[in-house]
Amino acid sequence: MESVVIVGFGAAGLACAEALRQAGWAGRLTILSAETEPPYDRPPLSKQYLSGEWDARKLLLAGEKRIDALGADIRWGRSAVAVDTAARVVVDDAGETHPYDGLVIAVGVQPVRIPGTDVPGMHVLRTREDADGLREALAADDGLLVVGGGFLGLEVAAGARELGKDVTVVEPLPLPLGTKLPEQVARRLVALHRAHGVEVLAGVGLSSVALDDGRLSGVVLDDGREVPARTALMAVGARPRLAWLDGSGLVVEDGIVCDDHCRAASRVWAAGDVARWQHRGLGRSIRLEHRMNATEQGRYVARDVLGLEDGPFVPTPFFWTDHFGVRVQSAGDPEPPVAAAFAEGDEGADSFLLEYRDDGRLLAGIGWNAPRSLVAVRRELSGVPA
Amino acid sequence: MRVRIDPDKCIASGACVLAQPKVFAQDEDGIVWLLKDVPDADEEAATVEAMHACPAMVIEIDEA
Repeated sequence: MESVVIVGFGAAGLACAEALRQAGWAGRLTILSAETEPPYDRPPLSKQYLSGEWDARKLLLAGEKRIDALGADIRWGRSAVAVDTAARVVVDDAGETHPYDGLVIAVGVQPVRIPGTDVPGMHVLRTREDADGLREALAADDGLLVVGGGFLGLEVAAGARELGKDVTVVEPLPLPLGTKLPEQVARRLVALHRAHGVEVLAGVGLSSVALDDGRLSGVVLDDGREVPARTALMAVGARPRLAWLDGSGLVVEDGIVCDDHCRAASRVWAAGDVARWQHRGLGRSIRLEHRMNATEQGRYVARDVLGLEDGPFVPTPFFWTDHFGVRVQSAGDPEPPVAAAFAEGDEGADSFLLEYRDDGRLLAGIGWNAPRSLVAVRRELSGVPA
Repeated sequence: MRVRIDPDKCIASGACVLAQPKVFAQDEDGIVWLLKDVPDADEEAATVEAMHACPAMVIEIDEA
């Protein structure tokens, strides 16, 4: 393996690059970074960065020293536009070609925009630049409308409420996050938001946007209601960046389809939000948009590129989300086929733990302000003795 | 080797404690604290693993 090209320089790309060098590999490393600044952490964008508690420096995933230590040829502001897996070259948007012995694709996801809603005043949140735009708009407005009551939408709603803004959330599901969290947690979370003064309109979707002088003045909901808003966030999910892979021969289906070693084709791997791989432990293919997975998968792929991995990639999925000082954490199968039951506390408690068990075997655990219980859950899930 | 942490950034994942329980511990809120800031020689490899495993980049290591 003389040369490796990593496409994408977020958490997964950085973790992969560092792990290649940590393993002692001294080959030629090229990194295409679509953004023009060093990699930064995204979860705080909807939390401490949006609130102004943290500055941009604190977001950085690695300081200048650690980036330099990669000994990589980093092409800033370059996106890949094509890959030829037979000739083993990647073409970037400046027309330059990058030959590889090993290719790692870690291009992540991009926010979904409902067609016809991309107007001034309607924001998305994925990059630091997006966060700056939203921060600026919030500073000049008393209110925020959030379209989509998922993790991102509700985190931003909480942050904006804490800044004293009037916040409305619109979500088509009757119970926001009801498909991503056990209903006990989803209900509690919605109640928490309402108790803090967030107006949560559930079971209703967006129909159209209203404009005044070319910029957002409000939205019309599909039940006919009108909600005025000059600042809004579109938070209806994200999709893997796949369009550039058309004609590459790689299989894409809600992500780059990989085997259980995160291999998409001969000498091609995928890592992070964009990768859909066969998880042997769960017995199905999954794709995770979780911060923890970006690091774990990036590191795993580096070792597999170098031929140092014997087994498949079988991480314990883990994610967290923060709202009004409450931390929700989940570990294990993200879609367990059994019902959750309280292992500690109950739905009204300040702290509780829900477990998913199948015939006694732990599949997943989710905690409401219960971080130490979650570590025990993770220990049991990974078979590490306490 | 000297370990430094920024507990401000900690998200209480416990990844460090799983990787290296001889150096890292968690308080009642799950936030990291250091049992020691200079790991023994045989504890260094797992300490480096913990640094890389942390999803919030809380841990920094100065090689002596």
